[in-house]
Amino acid sequence: MKKEIDQVTGTETTGHVWDDDLRELNKPLPRWWLYTLYATIIWAIGYWIAYPAWPLVNDYTKGVLGVSQRATVTQKIEDAKKAQSSSWALLESTPLDQVSGNPELLRFASASGKAAFGENCAPCHGRGAQGFTGYPNLNDDDWIWGGTIDDIQTTILYGIRTDHEDARSSEMPKFGADEILDRKQIGDVTEYVLSLSNLSTNAESSARGKELYAAQCVACHGENGKGNTELGAPNIADSIWLYGSKKEDIMQTVHTGRGGKMPAWESRLDPLTVKALAVYVHSLGGGK
Amino acid sequence: MKHDVLEKNSILLLICALVVVSIGGIVQIAPLFWVDSTIEKVQGMRPYSPLEQAGRDIYVREGCYTCHSQMIRTLKDEVERYGHYSLAAESMYDHPFQWGSKRTGPDLARVGGKYSDEWHAEHMINPRSVVPESIMPGYPWLAKTKLDYKNIANNMKALRTVGVPYTDEMIANAVQDVEAQVDPDHDEVDALLERYPKAKTANFDNNSELTELDAMIAYLQMLGTLVDFATFDKSGPNLR
Repeated sequence: MKKEIDQVTGTETTGHVWDDDLRELNKPLPRWWLYTLYATIIWAIGYWIAYPAWPLVNDYTKGVLGVSQRATVTQKIEDAKKAQSSSWALLESTPLDQVSGNPELLRFASASGKAAFGENCAPCHGRGAQGFTGYPNLNDDDWIWGGTIDDIQTTILYGIRTDHEDARSSEMPKFGADEILDRKQIGDVTEYVLSLSNLSTNAESSARGKELYAAQCVACHGENGKGNTELGAPNIADSIWLYGSKKEDIMQTVHTGRGGKMPAWESRLDPLTVKALAVYVHSLGGGK
Repeated sequence: MKHDVLEKNSILLLICALVVVSIGGIVQIAPLFWVDSTIEKVQGMRPYSPLEQAGRDIYVREGCYTCHSQMIRTLKDEVERYGHYSLAAESMYDHPFQWGSKRTGPDLARVGGKYSDEWHAEHMINPRSVVPESIMPGYPWLAKTKLDYKNIANNMKALRTVGVPYTDEMIANAVQDVEAQVDPDHDEVDALLERYPKAKTANFDNNSELTELDAMIAYLQMLGTLVDFATFDKSGPNLR
């Protein structure tokens, strides 16, 4: 095509004409822009060589740097573990009941346990392990399944009423739902249970309930209502109530039983994290 | 250059523009269908049981994905907090997938088995009852709404057309499988577990009615629990 030159500017035109006499000047791209474009192209080629980039028939180009996100994260976690490896090794070799004898190790285990607690345990037991209705407070010394550090570790590992064969498990009879006791009897036995912690308001009913208690409840909760950690039978003679201390709360418990569940953590957390958690929970104030 | 031809024929210009634009898409998307290593070979993945799938549909309906992702990225803090990084294979039966990085709430890719069914039920109805600082809205109607599952087989057929390997047997037994999964004493629990290994059977919401909450908790309790990581080879073609 013959080049057309614009008379006024002396610049070549593209040859496009609008409205009879409007012409488009064919100005070159700014140099800085063009060189930046070339630089990005060279960068891209370098990237293809260095990093995983092009798909092939069955695979893809891996790049000469051998970068792998999965390897990187695995390495980072290993490095972090290695930085603490002497502490973890000491935690591993120290028997659970002797961890508290080493202040530095205790601090390390409690801090690790606290981090794991925040992510895994706090949703049920609360940020401060204060518990909620149905989820025990871990700061007090009232332990349903035992409050020694070994007991706590066992509870964390296998859970409560899980499918795990080593899980702690027991079932309170559904005295009302299964018609073992009638409604009046449940009211009486509840009054007696309330009387154990001086909450009863009906001495007559409580006296009737005493016999029923001796017949139905003593085996697990004990003569004085002190409970039995072997059976997960709570102490019902103190002022700590997992499902409430109102008469209707206790009647509901007698009617249907409760049987709260806690997941087993053995398959989810590594054994040392569980150990650190046991140390942390034990140190909260109520550990025996 | 003879671009006069293109400039004067709009249809030709359109076709050529489409060809050029689709090159980028083809290069990025098409190889995913034949490059072997895009989906790892893992043991344990199976399609969702009908009850889990029903729960998943409710999860999507309620827009849970606007706050919760299901993708643990290959980042140290995420792996330490949530567990093993997510594998592509773990969402291969997801339609639609729940990947993302916007997290108003925590990632849920491995929430299965982490908390008890009772906790989930209370938390769904009123999150503040168990997590006082939670900003999640409550979903109390799930506990009151009966699950509409009589047509679940049709959902499964639809999923089969997009590649989820539901068998004729699974589809034929869909309604029965829903009922068996919420009743551990049901006669067909063994058949359910044979079709859907590791499926959790329980009366999830502790209520005799089969509600949407049952389906939701069944779904949440299986998230991230299927792949057997003891047999997952972290090296070789899976390292990427």
